[in-house]
Amino acid sequence: MCLAVPGKILSIQGDDFARMARVSFGGIVKQVSLAYVPEAHEGEYVIVHVGFAISLVDEAEALRTFEVLKQMGELEELDLKAGEA
Amino acid sequence: MKYVEEYRDPVAAQHYTDAIARTVTRPWTLMEICGGQTHTIVKYGIDELLPRKVTLVHGPGCPVCVTPLELIDKALQIAAQPGVIFCSFGDMLRVPGSSGDLFSVKAAGADVRIVYSPTDAVRIAAQNPDKQVVFFAVGFETTAPANAMSVFQAKQIGLKNYSVLVSHVLVPPAMEVILGSHNNHVQGFLAAGHVCTVMGYEEYEPIATKYKVPIVVTGFEPLDLLQGIYMCVAQLEEGRYEVENQYARSVRREGNIPAQQLVAKVFRVVHRKWRGVGEISQSGLALTPQYAEFDAEARFGVSGYTAEEDPECISGLVMQGAKKPEECTAYGKRCTPDHPLGAPMVSSEGACAAYYRYRRLRTGEKVGAGSQGRD
Repeated sequence: MCLAVPGKILSIQGDDFARMARVSFGGIVKQVSLAYVPEAHEGEYVIVHVGFAISLVDEAEALRTFEVLKQMGELEELDLKAGEA
Repeated sequence: MKYVEEYRDPVAAQHYTDAIARTVTRPWTLMEICGGQTHTIVKYGIDELLPRKVTLVHGPGCPVCVTPLELIDKALQIAAQPGVIFCSFGDMLRVPGSSGDLFSVKAAGADVRIVYSPTDAVRIAAQNPDKQVVFFAVGFETTAPANAMSVFQAKQIGLKNYSVLVSHVLVPPAMEVILGSHNNHVQGFLAAGHVCTVMGYEEYEPIATKYKVPIVVTGFEPLDLLQGIYMCVAQLEEGRYEVENQYARSVRREGNIPAQQLVAKVFRVVHRKWRGVGEISQSGLALTPQYAEFDAEARFGVSGYTAEEDPECISGLVMQGAKKPEECTAYGKRCTPDHPLGAPMVSSEGACAAYYRYRRLRTGEKVGAGSQGRD
């Protein structure tokens, strides 16, 4: 029920609580409310739950999951681009 | 980065598994709070990748599962009334009430509709002024901002035919019930990443201190869970009990302030009954007086109704981590997804349904580990 998925903002229209975006989820585009992430811009990723963006994805923090492994000396062979397919 | 596939990388997963194995010296029991996390763990067999010393028990974080029987019955009573369009998230439709479920009411002719977002229900209300449109507003803190917005918008545009049947619950009071129980064996928590995206994690800090229990705010992909487990186990081994944030790409300490503000305008904190658990003090939300006109229970006169739960279903023990689904005598026999006795067998996030779906037909090898997508 608390499922929320990241998507990329393609375009934005409207203001305040009526601020809406077209968001792409791996190619599937849906209308999403940006009422709760007023700081979001086109091209950024948001986490979306039941039609509402609830956070803006922090890219630097997103990479830390892999950096922790690097610091442990665990990650020489992992190519981060592997997930782009 | 697309923030999905990267976190399912099997090489990185193996490295985190190895790191956990190197860190653990003693047996530890962790609980993941959220049903979405339970689903990922069972689907990908994460619990079986872990050293034997680390046990995962499944928490109460499935709103479908904890919605009390009497609220399901109220939903059935309201949906069956003529002139009502009853809107709900899809996974509520098969949750058994005292007699039947929303699907059976729909099959009998009621207008029951599955919506993706509560704002869809507001639109249906605006398009059908001659009907009463009711939305079944269930969920944890994650869903509260969306449900609050639907009520806020309905008031703004003056909708007189929209109301919500509220069954909102809050995570921290349930954690305190589990930690305060005399037979508690949970030593560390993976807190629910999307609940904390909305609420932040300041309110977990006093819980970590009071019960001396590490709490790691954790995401939902396999790597998130493995990293969260690693961080939690590292704290336990070092004797620390802090709140840490594995899911920092989405969660900030203060949470989502605009969302919290609208939730506080529309909802107030009240005592709530949890299915299989009983009433928990200050553990849920109800409409504030300013928005009381949108209360479906009052509008349809079902406020006073109560119901008794099936004694055979041990869902309360399963959701508090005291029992695994397979330990229930009804599991897979009298209770299956087609004929559920209790809600954890209904929702895809319910522990019983996850075990039934991914563990039932196993013959030794892992099942489901390679499949994509989550529902």
